[in-house]
Amino acid sequence: MRRHLKILEFALSALWRRRFKNLAIVVVYGFTIAVLASILLMTDAMRGEAEQILIGAPDLVVQRVAAGRHDLIPVDYAEEIRGLPGVGEVSPRYWGYYFDAFTESNFTFVGIDDGPPYELELLEGRLPSAPSECAVGEGVARARSTGVGHELTLISHDGLGVIFDVVGEFQASSSILTNDLVVFRNADLVELFGIPEGRAVDLSVEVFNDGEVSTVAAKVKRIFPDTRPITRSEILRTYDAVFSWRSGMLLTVFAAALAAFCILAWDKATGISAEERREIGVLKALGWSTRDVLELKFWEGAAISLTSFLLGLIAALVHIFLLGASLLAPVIQGWSVLFPEFRFTPSITVYQLFVLGFLTVVPYVASTVAPSWKAAVTDPEEVMRG
Amino acid sequence: MIISKHRAFLLLTAVEVAVVIALVVRARGVAADLAVTDILAKRAVAARLGLTDLAIWTEARYTRHPSQTDLFSPFQDFPSSLEHFPAGSVVGVPDLTGFRQPAEP
Repeated sequence: MRRHLKILEFALSALWRRRFKNLAIVVVYGFTIAVLASILLMTDAMRGEAEQILIGAPDLVVQRVAAGRHDLIPVDYAEEIRGLPGVGEVSPRYWGYYFDAFTESNFTFVGIDDGPPYELELLEGRLPSAPSECAVGEGVARARSTGVGHELTLISHDGLGVIFDVVGEFQASSSILTNDLVVFRNADLVELFGIPEGRAVDLSVEVFNDGEVSTVAAKVKRIFPDTRPITRSEILRTYDAVFSWRSGMLLTVFAAALAAFCILAWDKATGISAEERREIGVLKALGWSTRDVLELKFWEGAAISLTSFLLGLIAALVHIFLLGASLLAPVIQGWSVLFPEFRFTPSITVYQLFVLGFLTVVPYVASTVAPSWKAAVTDPEEVMRG
Repeated sequence: MIISKHRAFLLLTAVEVAVVIALVVRARGVAADLAVTDILAKRAVAARLGLTDLAIWTEARYTRHPSQTDLFSPFQDFPSSLEHFPAGSVVGVPDLTGFRQPAEP
């Protein structure tokens, strides 16, 4: 043990002699780890949150397809679907998009069925229950400077201004679901959008047994060949793919960071400097064995990569879970005018940390030790002469 | 008192590991708290309103509702879709400077 500590001491002294170069390596290496870890932690957190929230999505959504694209569905279809075994409530859904010329942003309008005044934990006020009432998401309230007790003026399908009383505002903590939402009673939304009577945007189908959802979907497709059933598991699978580090812009950032790391490791692996070779020759001449020299190089690599890994990991954890991914958020935001503020539900496993450590620390240490092997097994005089 | 380099290194590493463990434990604690309050409340919102998607990207139909996107339509767009025409790679980004931003709270 004492011998190992002495070699570690020697390795640290060697690193200290080239401290500016090694500090630069720690900064670059740590930054690379921070980028890789940030992407992994963020995508995992978003995927976990989507999965947990969207369990509340409808069991089955039935869309109608006409002329090769999504079209309004006849409400009559609901009756026949309701008659299928294992099917509970079938409700027409009314929803759509609205370009708000005042703020030049897109809102999403959602209709709800009439019912008793309904309160939600994340809603300040209540959901609309009377004509000309609405509830708004935090992003809409901010963009239109409105809120509970105020009004919201919208333009209907026939170009007329319609005034709604805002009776509810979703809290900021639900922004990931409700930021751009305006919720109306179904009747108000049908009138606002001018949806023809007897038509809905799609149908929401309740299936009692989760295991039968795909069977019901297949039956719906057989009865109504012009429909497209979307199951909840398909919705969850979509978000699994959307928030994968393997997709889209995140892959680009991830690949760039990985490429930077490869260049760093390659630079180390392709050879050692003349000074380092001379140092190895001197140590061999002084009686160090090849094993000692390799252990020295191992400790040098381990000290650099362990420090970089831990610093990078700390930076990533702080960035994602304390600062809300403030550096990556603009990458994800795209062209959205209304963009929710991210509050990540942390999702972190020891497995993730091991994978990250294994993919970065091990190659770096290996690329430090491997080129030293050749110098360590060569005759000391030959090594010192270069 | 002069501390040897290996002791300083081991001490630094121990501090870093302790910070990582503290951050991970804190993150998992927050996640556990949110799972019983926040997540259930959000799930209730999704269930009551029949929501199928997260309100993250509002610039296009296929980004606002990725799960409802009709991938089957000819000439339709969807996330990560291949560009239909070379023109899509040549045409510049529209000038968005005129876009008004939402008012600050």
